[in-house]
Amino acid sequence: MLKYYVEESGDKMEYEVIVVGAGHAGCEAALASARKGHQTLLITGNLKNVATMPCNPSIGGSAKGIIVREIDALGGEMGINADKTLIQMKMLNSSKGPSVHSLRAQADKITYPQEMLKTLKKQKKLELLEGMVEDLIVDSNEVKGVYLKDGKIIHSKIVILTTGTYLKSDILRGSTRTRSGPNNEKPSQHLSDNLKKYGFKILRLKTGTPPRIEKSSIDFSKAKKEEGDKTPYTFSHDIEPIYNVENQVPCYLIYTNSTTHKIINANLSKSSMYGGLDDIKGVGPRYCPSIEDKVTRFKDKERHQLFLEPESLYYDDIYLQGFSTSMPENIQEKMVHSLPGLSNAKILKYAYAIEYDAIYPTQIKASLETKIIKNLFTAGQINGTSGYEEAACQGLIAGINASLKLENKEPLILKRNEAYIGVLIDDLVTKGTKEPYRMLTSRAEYRLLLRHDNADLRLREYGYKVGLIDEERHNKLLEKEKTIKDLKEKLKETKITVKNVKGPYGTNVYDYLKDPTIKLEDIKEKYNLELPYSKEVLNQVEIQIKYEGYIKKVEREAQKMLSQESKQMPEDIDYNKVTNLASEAKQKLEEIRPNSIGQAMRISGVNPSDISILMIYLRKNYNE
Amino acid sequence: MNDTIAAISTALGVGAISIIRVSGNDSLNIVNKIFKGKDLTKVTSHTIHYGHIVSNEEIIDEVLVSVMLAPKTFTKENIVEINSHGGIATTNKILQLLLTNGARLAEPGEFTKRAFLNGRIDLIEADGIMNLIEAKNEKSRQLSINQLSGKVSKLIKELRDNLVSIISNIEVNIDYPEYEDIEIVTNETIYPELLKFRKKLINIINKSKDSKIINQGINVCIIGRPNVGKSSLLNTLLEEDKAIVTDIEGTTRDIVEGKITLNGIILNIIDTAGIRKTDNLVEKIGVEKSLDIINKSDLIILMLNNNEPLTKEDKKLLKMIKNKTNIILVNKNDLDTKIDYSLLPNNIIKISVNNDIGIDKLKSRIIELFNLGSFETDDLTYLSDARSISLLEKSLIKINDSIASINNNEPIDMVELSLKESWNILGEIIGETYTDELIDELFSRFCLGK
Repeated sequence: MLKYYVEESGDKMEYEVIVVGAGHAGCEAALASARKGHQTLLITGNLKNVATMPCNPSIGGSAKGIIVREIDALGGEMGINADKTLIQMKMLNSSKGPSVHSLRAQADKITYPQEMLKTLKKQKKLELLEGMVEDLIVDSNEVKGVYLKDGKIIHSKIVILTTGTYLKSDILRGSTRTRSGPNNEKPSQHLSDNLKKYGFKILRLKTGTPPRIEKSSIDFSKAKKEEGDKTPYTFSHDIEPIYNVENQVPCYLIYTNSTTHKIINANLSKSSMYGGLDDIKGVGPRYCPSIEDKVTRFKDKERHQLFLEPESLYYDDIYLQGFSTSMPENIQEKMVHSLPGLSNAKILKYAYAIEYDAIYPTQIKASLETKIIKNLFTAGQINGTSGYEEAACQGLIAGINASLKLENKEPLILKRNEAYIGVLIDDLVTKGTKEPYRMLTSRAEYRLLLRHDNADLRLREYGYKVGLIDEERHNKLLEKEKTIKDLKEKLKETKITVKNVKGPYGTNVYDYLKDPTIKLEDIKEKYNLELPYSKEVLNQVEIQIKYEGYIKKVEREAQKMLSQESKQMPEDIDYNKVTNLASEAKQKLEEIRPNSIGQAMRISGVNPSDISILMIYLRKNYNE
Repeated sequence: MNDTIAAISTALGVGAISIIRVSGNDSLNIVNKIFKGKDLTKVTSHTIHYGHIVSNEEIIDEVLVSVMLAPKTFTKENIVEINSHGGIATTNKILQLLLTNGARLAEPGEFTKRAFLNGRIDLIEADGIMNLIEAKNEKSRQLSINQLSGKVSKLIKELRDNLVSIISNIEVNIDYPEYEDIEIVTNETIYPELLKFRKKLINIINKSKDSKIINQGINVCIIGRPNVGKSSLLNTLLEEDKAIVTDIEGTTRDIVEGKITLNGIILNIIDTAGIRKTDNLVEKIGVEKSLDIINKSDLIILMLNNNEPLTKEDKKLLKMIKNKTNIILVNKNDLDTKIDYSLLPNNIIKISVNNDIGIDKLKSRIIELFNLGSFETDDLTYLSDARSISLLEKSLIKINDSIASINNNEPIDMVELSLKESWNILGEIIGETYTDELIDELFSRFCLGK
């Protein structure tokens, strides 16, 4: 239902939910809220730029791919949309254990946004509007709607801010600073100042993107071809692969060389970040350094790896992954031409760094509602994260929790042992962040539980309970769970009769499978096993059996954490009254106001001794 | 933790001066009430003042009072220390006065607990202070000081650094799987590193066990039937030792009956309290209790009599000590032999306590058993308390698990699980990972007065 709303005087537009920004977070938030039956308005600066990918042309990656699976399990859109538009698919870490397998797709930058726009337009209860939000309607610390740049006033019960990099964003290149969003889009000039006015602490962050090169100007014979996997995969649990594995578009690998490094070193002071601009405040991500950073920080390295990634089947841009820079355009030309196969390369878009405002994420609750303004939710880069997947999953949770709030229900808060999404949000609201936050598998202490293969088993039930997963898909889940259970029983009952295998791994097929060298596939004939099950079920059963010991161990660890998590903090506790707490701890606890002792323990700056003091205080004053 | 606590900080009855320590917000006011001299609430911090402790105008003692204001004190609270000269009765009287004027008697270890809770010291240092208080000889004093100065923390941090570098190499491979110029970490590449790490860890554990012996001595228990000569042996050992470590009532564990030093190492003779009175370990307190005592000992000395055949009880005792470090003494060799030596192990020592025969052999056997001759005493940077050593051993078990996973061809992210656990356990030693029980257990072990 696309509706361009023109305000007539006296008219008062009202929605249940307004979502500001239609990037990956905004799309998920709007879809979730509308699918749950709430009248929703999605406002964006440019309808053509719904769910665009302003940086790398891929969805997923290590840990991120699992987030996409989780989004899908909960009833979000990103997985399906990527499945519809991918041009190459890979299972990363397939040589390692199942806990770190993760999908990464090269997604088409033209069709991905198109497909998402189609989905948005088809969605009942969802309206789209082009406009620039510059302020909120706030009445006694409760949000009531938004003010647009053109003077429009739109009322709503809930507002979700998913503004991406558009808050006071500046494009930086050499010694020029231009107030603009990515791709020359208009930024929001006043929204972050207005948030500051309401009491939010604002954080300035920075990120960057590499140049785009015209495909026909590249000599690919100098590069190493990187193809997609020959096994077809999907992010979504509900659809079959629709791409042809033989027709995937390859990426290419090249390296920088000493000439490139010489050019960079000779011109370093011209880079925005190295003296070109003297007013850089934004903090950039350590995990995503510019090529200047790489060359200066790792002087001994003779070369750095770069990937040439196709952006779309419908135009010629090649994304030069690993070469993000804020050098002036003429230097970028020299740098690019020094690369193998790129001596005649034509740069279609120059690289740039971008600075933007975000809010300190410790100012939001785990439900993603802000602590300062009631019914205001935030998701995505405004919360200090980086990455399409990180944004999308927050958008989904914000959309779900906004709806649950309208329905007077408890928010959906995923735990650290349940989902990467839970880890991400808990990290944000508990520890905050100083740099754009990206998900890494190492952030998840229970990652063996948070696997690619079991996202549906972990989260579908939640999706069903909140109303985003329908009966059909839910029944499919129940059936799968039952099949897994039955098959495991069956394998336990199948005795091994052949001699010589009665080693440390027991006498039935179930125990036999614990031997890392034995595969179900290899022994099924030998033991006359009839296995009329789907690949997913067989794979799941095999993983559950093979890693049973390890999984149980991690589950025990998680239980310990959960027991701390169940020690609730009283809502009315005044940390200033807890004498003997270190002043840093007092300040942090007062700022974050953790829900539980468990969360308090994860706050940096709160030491074990502070926790003891807190627990003694609680015992004394709250009889716990 | 708002109240003010007081306790006698020095060992009662020894030394010419006793110190009574008062800590808390009100410590100045409380001491002021019973102090005749300068107004302590008006003096500058970290100064010493002469005066008298009075009760109803009656002078109790002539004292020096040190005033130390928060936060630069041991507990980070206001501390007053009263140096009194009057022996046990007077010191107790002063403590009584403090308690009637608003202070509360400190619980065991409460000063150190406050120092820890107020962020003054970390767990290792807290442990170190306890060791310092309990230190009985020069070597262990030095060890305690090392622990206190953070040398041990540094040692553990170094171990954790080693481990975290292996872990982070694995992590980076998982999070950046397509970076060909990152060194690819496989089971094969980390295997030698793990072996190296394990060797280092084992070395530290062994040295730490030595440290524990230096610090806390060897717990020795003498068992045997009535009238085998246990008391005589104990007395002979105690009398011979010129440097008897006197026990101060209330400050040490009451199961230790006497201490002697051997090659500079303390032997704690564990009291088989009440046992000696009836002189019958097995019958009086039962097998279970004797097993308990045996388990608490590092060394069991079983005494038998040369002039009596082995009894049922003897055989029971022999069986009980089979798996412990033990020395079997056959006493009364000046009398006729009635014991059947074929039922005993070869390495028994024949002695005659009354004639002072074989005592030297016993001593050299102890030195041999605990390697006391080859202790390295120049480098004492090791952990010496049982808690830390057991955590070190736990972390070694995890390293062994990882190595077993590699031998078992498990994927590297499974191998890594135990490495992370090991790293966390090491963190527990220096208080960098948090567990509830740890703190409770730690502080319950402190003795009153510090």
